[in-house]
Amino acid sequence: MKYLDEFRNPQLIAKAVDEICGLADPRRQYRLMEVCGGHTHAIYRFGLKDLLPPNIELIHGPGCPVCVLPMGRIDDGLAIAAQPDVIFAAFGDMMRVPGTHGSPLEHKARGMDVRVIYSPSDAIKLAQSNPGKHVMFFAIGFETTAPSTALTLLRARAEGLHNFSVFCNHVTIIPAIRAILDSPDMRIDGFIGPGHVSTVIGCRPYEWVARNEGKPIVVSGFEPLDLLQSIAMILSQLQKGESKVENQYKRVVPWEGNGAALRWMADVFQLRPYFEWRGLGFISQSALRIRESFAEWDAEQRFHVPGVSVTDPKAAQCGEVLKGVLKPSQCKLFGRECTPDNPVGSLMVSSEGSCAAYYNYELRKNPKESSLCTLA
Amino acid sequence: MYAPMESDNRCRTCSAIPGKIVEVSESAHSALAEVAGVTRQVDLMLIQDENLAPGDWILIHVGFALSKITEDDALGHLHALEMVGERGAEPYEEPRAT
Repeated sequence: MKYLDEFRNPQLIAKAVDEICGLADPRRQYRLMEVCGGHTHAIYRFGLKDLLPPNIELIHGPGCPVCVLPMGRIDDGLAIAAQPDVIFAAFGDMMRVPGTHGSPLEHKARGMDVRVIYSPSDAIKLAQSNPGKHVMFFAIGFETTAPSTALTLLRARAEGLHNFSVFCNHVTIIPAIRAILDSPDMRIDGFIGPGHVSTVIGCRPYEWVARNEGKPIVVSGFEPLDLLQSIAMILSQLQKGESKVENQYKRVVPWEGNGAALRWMADVFQLRPYFEWRGLGFISQSALRIRESFAEWDAEQRFHVPGVSVTDPKAAQCGEVLKGVLKPSQCKLFGRECTPDNPVGSLMVSSEGSCAAYYNYELRKNPKESSLCTLA
Repeated sequence: MYAPMESDNRCRTCSAIPGKIVEVSESAHSALAEVAGVTRQVDLMLIQDENLAPGDWILIHVGFALSKITEDDALGHLHALEMVGERGAEPYEEPRAT
């Protein structure tokens, strides 16, 4: 089996670490951002930070869609669902995200009809089996997930399904990377590019990062060796003074992306002029809205939406953590008021959220443990 | 203040999991795919040009096939998920909060 033979092979892992140690200049500090929450989770889970030289810092990026969703949008979705005969349908990772008056799960406990679904297609089935009710699908996700919502909307229209709508919170990854680079308090030397988003958008949309910003970006897989190889590829570029887009995850990510998925998205969605991101504020053209031709299935057009911007609890420092300015443990609430069982901020809810990953894995490690390079 | 952890809090919106195609529908728009012994319907519309057949492996995200992958990569990916305790969590468990 390839994974057992290669991706888990301690010798290959050690070789990759050696390569990283050889490429890293001990006289400088490296700040590399992994954009995707799935990468953040893997980095903590596999203890990859402990394998790296101490002068390589991994910054956790904005690629967890649950984490970047502002509280006001959760409140808006729940306000729609509070209307008579409305079913709130969402993926499981939305269920514990706090709104102003509690999470969807807490609203369910108070009597709201809240359903966990695995796929947008399940929301269609739910509407078909509940003709006397209206099913509102709370859609979140980056370009990985948006095509499935687009196909679901096309299907709803084709089938004349009138008791179904989508509350669209799909966001796009490129403007978020741009916002990070524009942030005055951020210094990033290179990016580990998101793997599954790139199966849809491909690698070309990142070219400006390399060309205009002079930052290497390597699209990466999710296994330990994938991530270590990607870090080595970034360091190699930095050593040579290069900045280009590379694809470490070629076995899954085509350079041009998925043309069919992009066409479905273009048929159904258009860019919003601006959208609020938790921690990053309002970012222009960073999210998708449903086109007018699908207005009947757009929950924002079909229902009254309060649209109130809600600030996070004052003590929570989700924004600073999300931008990589603070480590999770530097937040005042981390591990005390805010834990995975009792999350105050959304970064503690999703397993891909940097606070949850840090809490679950980083706190358990031996603080005295040194990196392999130091020991070598 | 908040409800105890009853729902599945892993990230559906970031993750993808391999599945092995058991049967392709007549229209080729969907398939039955198996992971960890459980079979589930998967939408193939996003990769309909791949001419998928039983025995092929696909990467599945929220019930939709994202890409076709090799068996070696699929098994490697499953093993990686197993190591992080997530194999079988998607898509084969019934939602617990309903």
